[in-house]
Amino acid sequence: MIHSLFLLDAAGDVFLEKHWKSPLSRSLCDYYLEAKSSAFSQSGRDAAGKGDQGTTTGGGADTQAVGAAQRLVPPVLATPHHFLVSAERGRVALVAAVREEVSPLFVIEFLHRVADTFQDYFGEVSDTVLKDQVVLVYELLEEMLDNGFPLATESNILHELIRPPTVLRSVVNAVTGSTNVGETLPSGQLSNVPWRRAGVRYSNNEAYFDVIEEIEAIIDTTGSAVAAEIQGVIDACVKLSGMPDLTLSFLNPRLLDDVSFHPCVRYKRWDAERVLSFVPPDGTFRLLSYHVGSQNLVAIPISVRHSLTWGTPGGAQGKLELGLAPRHTLGKVLEAVSMTMPMPQQVSTASLTPSQGTASLDPVSKVLTWEVGKINPQKPPSLRGSISLSPGSLPPDGNPTLSLAFRVPQLAISGLKVTRLDLYGEKYKPFKGVKYVSKAGRFHVRI
Amino acid sequence: MTVGKDVSALFPDVVNCMQTDNLELKKLVYLYLMNYAKNQPDMAIMAVNTFVKDCEDPNPLIRALAVRTMGCIRVDKITEYLCEPLRKCLKDEDPYVRKTAAVCVAKLHDINAQLVEDQGFLDTLKDLISDSNPMVVANAVAALSEIAESHPNSQLLDLNSQTINKLMTALNECTEWGQIFILDSLANYVPKDDREAQSICERVTPRLSHANSGVVLSAVKVLMKFVELLPKDVEYHTTLLKKLAPPLVTLLSAEPELQYVALRNINLIVQKRPEILKHEIKVFFVKYNDPIYVKLEKLDIMIRLASQANITQVLAELKEYATEVDVDFVRKAVRAIGRCAIKVEQSAERCVSTLLDLIQTKVNYVVQEAVVVIKDIFRKYPNKYESIIATLCENLDSLDEPEARAAMIWIVGEYAERIDNADELLESFLEGFHDESTQVQLQLLTAIVKLFLKKPTETQELVQQVLSLATQDSDNPDLRDRGYIYWRLLSTDPVAAKEVVLAEKPLISEETDLLEPTLLEELICHISSLASVYHKPPSAFVEGSRGVATRRLLPARSQSESIESPDLGSQTSHSLSQQPQVIPSQSDLLGDLLNLDLGPPVTVPPGPSTMQTGAYDLLGGGLDSLLGGDIGGTSAMSGGLGGPAVMPSSLGPPAGGGLGDLYELAGGIGMPTGTYVPPKSVWLPAVKAKGLDIQGTFARRQSQICLELLLSNKALQAMADFAIQFNKNSFGLVPASPLQVHAPLMPNQSIEFSIPLNTLGPVMKMDPLNNLQVAIKNNIDVFYFSCLVPINILFVEDGKMDRQVFLATWKDIPNENELQFQIKECSLNADAVSNRLQNNNIFTIAKRNVEGQDMLYQSLKLTNGIWVLAELRIQPGNANYTLSLKCRAPEVSQFVHQAYDSILKS
Repeated sequence: MIHSLFLLDAAGDVFLEKHWKSPLSRSLCDYYLEAKSSAFSQSGRDAAGKGDQGTTTGGGADTQAVGAAQRLVPPVLATPHHFLVSAERGRVALVAAVREEVSPLFVIEFLHRVADTFQDYFGEVSDTVLKDQVVLVYELLEEMLDNGFPLATESNILHELIRPPTVLRSVVNAVTGSTNVGETLPSGQLSNVPWRRAGVRYSNNEAYFDVIEEIEAIIDTTGSAVAAEIQGVIDACVKLSGMPDLTLSFLNPRLLDDVSFHPCVRYKRWDAERVLSFVPPDGTFRLLSYHVGSQNLVAIPISVRHSLTWGTPGGAQGKLELGLAPRHTLGKVLEAVSMTMPMPQQVSTASLTPSQGTASLDPVSKVLTWEVGKINPQKPPSLRGSISLSPGSLPPDGNPTLSLAFRVPQLAISGLKVTRLDLYGEKYKPFKGVKYVSKAGRFHVRI
Repeated sequence: MTVGKDVSALFPDVVNCMQTDNLELKKLVYLYLMNYAKNQPDMAIMAVNTFVKDCEDPNPLIRALAVRTMGCIRVDKITEYLCEPLRKCLKDEDPYVRKTAAVCVAKLHDINAQLVEDQGFLDTLKDLISDSNPMVVANAVAALSEIAESHPNSQLLDLNSQTINKLMTALNECTEWGQIFILDSLANYVPKDDREAQSICERVTPRLSHANSGVVLSAVKVLMKFVELLPKDVEYHTTLLKKLAPPLVTLLSAEPELQYVALRNINLIVQKRPEILKHEIKVFFVKYNDPIYVKLEKLDIMIRLASQANITQVLAELKEYATEVDVDFVRKAVRAIGRCAIKVEQSAERCVSTLLDLIQTKVNYVVQEAVVVIKDIFRKYPNKYESIIATLCENLDSLDEPEARAAMIWIVGEYAERIDNADELLESFLEGFHDESTQVQLQLLTAIVKLFLKKPTETQELVQQVLSLATQDSDNPDLRDRGYIYWRLLSTDPVAAKEVVLAEKPLISEETDLLEPTLLEELICHISSLASVYHKPPSAFVEGSRGVATRRLLPARSQSESIESPDLGSQTSHSLSQQPQVIPSQSDLLGDLLNLDLGPPVTVPPGPSTMQTGAYDLLGGGLDSLLGGDIGGTSAMSGGLGGPAVMPSSLGPPAGGGLGDLYELAGGIGMPTGTYVPPKSVWLPAVKAKGLDIQGTFARRQSQICLELLLSNKALQAMADFAIQFNKNSFGLVPASPLQVHAPLMPNQSIEFSIPLNTLGPVMKMDPLNNLQVAIKNNIDVFYFSCLVPINILFVEDGKMDRQVFLATWKDIPNENELQFQIKECSLNADAVSNRLQNNNIFTIAKRNVEGQDMLYQSLKLTNGIWVLAELRIQPGNANYTLSLKCRAPEVSQFVHQAYDSILKS
């Protein structure tokens, strides 16, 4: 099981360590740092060797891409006596050392859970915050893991054991000498609904559900989808008193053939009747995530026109033309559209004029970004202009791939629709709401 | 902790704060104690009192906290005080305390295993599996699994139908982490029939929809394992496989770290059951910003899933990847195109044209990689795509990597008759012969010899040049040897040379990169573990499994109830023997030579020359010539030869390793009698053992090793309470059942019995190797003696090697390991010898008659998997036989010789 946990900051220094069995030397993390630096130099070499764009794709719109690109260290590393399983969150790396045969997924899931808990308690995961709250962090880690076995990871239970810090509470504690630590055994810990605490009271009872769908797609040069799938989640914010028992039904549950549920969902009911029946946790949680894949046809809500020629290095200028147009949106508006395109390293300058929004080429990372904003279907936006290659360089081998980000509010692109929400077990009438939104996940267009 | 500052000096002050009512303060003090108690063991005793008191606190939170913290204090003195409170907490009324206490047992076991066993905590822990609270059950299972890991042979988690039922109930109700523990332990259970397997599968299936990917993958492991037990014709079998696909796809939408682990596991699943994901190939298409380790893994899975149905899409994708930025990835993508061509025959043409397109890009490393894979395509589809040779030749100058150069030279040599200027091309390579890498040099040598055999008139000079370069100016033994072989072949008998060098090559197959089936089966049992990420059996790298690692194998479905049934053995071996014999493509550099050594019988017309003996030996496998002398010792060539040798041995019927035990059990039934059993000898005379006379011997009966004992009571009083124990020994022999003497042994009475032995015990190398120290106890005293185990009882029934494997292995074992012995005054003929040895599990693989002498080639295998190869030379009229033994562990040879000697003279 998990032997020790090290938290590393961006510079690679161990700023926090916790051992659940005999202490291990923090020099163990050197293996991790070594792997990291060699991965970096490798990618640097590739970029230089081919004279093309490296692995860091800049641009704020596609933060996930940046995160993915920075993750260069394989998540499981073997050292002579231990295995290092790592995960990264923000600029903090969580490195767990294990000695025996364990399931690495279990360790990685747990590490992410630890990071989630920090996020939940402190609002962000960064070395400064964690160093500030070091006592709380230790208390939390102590509660979450015992002898390497996860103990309490549900945020509800942890909140009861250790109260999250607020300004008010720290003042009160300082004055009265009371503590952040709950004195009683969390009620939910042993019940068969461990995710919910007892005795919840609200004056306004409300339940909100957000259906969020992300389209992951690869579009080829001709505009047809090579692969397209939808990753959907239903996030809920439930503030209901007592022990409510909810039933959520869908217009077209057959879409959901590949689902992962929060533990609260009763699987048998779903299997038999295709309705979600559950006693919800208190507060916000992810009710289910689903995947609509290759078996169903996915409507792509945007189309891209493009033409690109490179010209010759130092000589004739190349041309770039891009046009975006909505389609299959059922009259809904495309918002927050932005595009990033990592250009080859040979590109020196680009003079591009967008019909709307702003476009710029980062001179260092050579990433072209175009912040489009909202798309008016009557006036589809376009970007055109010229690019020039730096003199003396080779012409690029291939064309870049552009990634798009956008949002379509009030639309679930898969067509999923919630029909009704029923409440049993309590007398009050809750306020209910369902919101739909579709957005681009990793949406790549090859040009 | 404490950002690296040592604050242990404050120990007494901190301990004083322990008895506080403030819970937060208490927790912090406990945290401090955990960190510093080890440095201050004497002071730590001061804390014990408070701990014991806290364990009785009315608040369960404090009771649990106290027992948890005590377990973390790794000070021996404290652990003694811990036992009583822990025992109480294990029976606590509050489940929260019980579940904490369950984990504490595991902690204590880590510190002092003996204490835990003596105090009976393990039994209490086992009882907790039947606890009413699911969380307690989950923690008890987790603790037991962890303890079991350091005791591979113990039956700690002895699951049966009742406990399984309890676990299944707990599975539905406990936390996600508990579910992982329960599922992992469930995977080790062997259901008694397919009905039980199906019911477990049905109850595990809902876990596939869990949000925690660890739970999902553990559930997949259980299902993948149990689906083997389900009858294939039942509808449920298909439904179950169908249900496995969506969760695996979902795992790929998680964070990249999780994706990587998931992909490594999917790679295994796809090799075992490609049908599960055959429609899902699109999810493995690579996104340009995937981390490189995810990209490479996706690529590998794409090729495994490639089939005629989806090859168009796959090829289009691969072509796209070949224009990416990342050099490593591009190379892999180009290779992948080649693998597709070899795997899906219908697509070969399209693959070749794609490769040609890529060559036209003139990107240096793309071209090189393409040349390498085109060579493989030529080997798979000879005489089909030679029209593209011209295009390849255009790019000759841009090749600078040895592998690509070697591939190109191979192509030129192989198709020399179709390339007009082949001699010029090869000559151009020859100029810098000494600067080339060995790979290229070897290939160049072979290619020029081929060219010479095809166009003898124009290339005489060239071949002489290369032969002299290789034999005289090179200090590489591989190269020299190959040069000499060719030289002598050419000078002795050009016709034979032609047959040898230009012999038809076996086609390569796409399955070269598959894991071998036994390893794959074992890894399927370890899905979701580290082993599955590294694709190595856990015994190979995990330190935690001390002693004899337990190997897990997929259960096989059999008609009869028990797994040991002989019919299962034959089924398995049957299915294994149907596997095609695969020659890995990477060996084709040495292909010609391989052919020469391993190919089907190549007949050589006898010639008058003196060279004949050498050539004869070379082909026949007698290894005393120059070839044998050097090939065994040189690394590169024996590596090349080792490749094919290893593959068939794992595929062929006498598979070693994990299946060994199964075969051993299975093969036993038809065992012919006539095993050699040495007569009983006196191991301990009565005078030395207070009147107990011990005589004994070892035997192998029905593939079971037995210790046969004759105990005689020469004393005046009755003897009772017999027990036997072995010391650690070289082969791990231990009694499989206790010594059962029911009635006391009266004075002047003897009793004879046989005790079955197995080889699962601890291993320690003894001197001499077959020394065994035994202790026999009775009501009078304990007696120690040592005896020598005749090694022939350790020869297993599946010790028959495949002919070709034998040949290759013989060469592979270095010559220093060969030992020669004389067996004197034996008067059997070759057939009688062979029969008698066969009865003792020494198998004759081939028999040849050389100049009137009978040569028997034999193999045998020991229980611990060591193979011994033997060559027995019998001269008619000479009662002295010559025995040459080759073994990777030459220490055993001496004992094998003794065994031969005693078997043949018995």
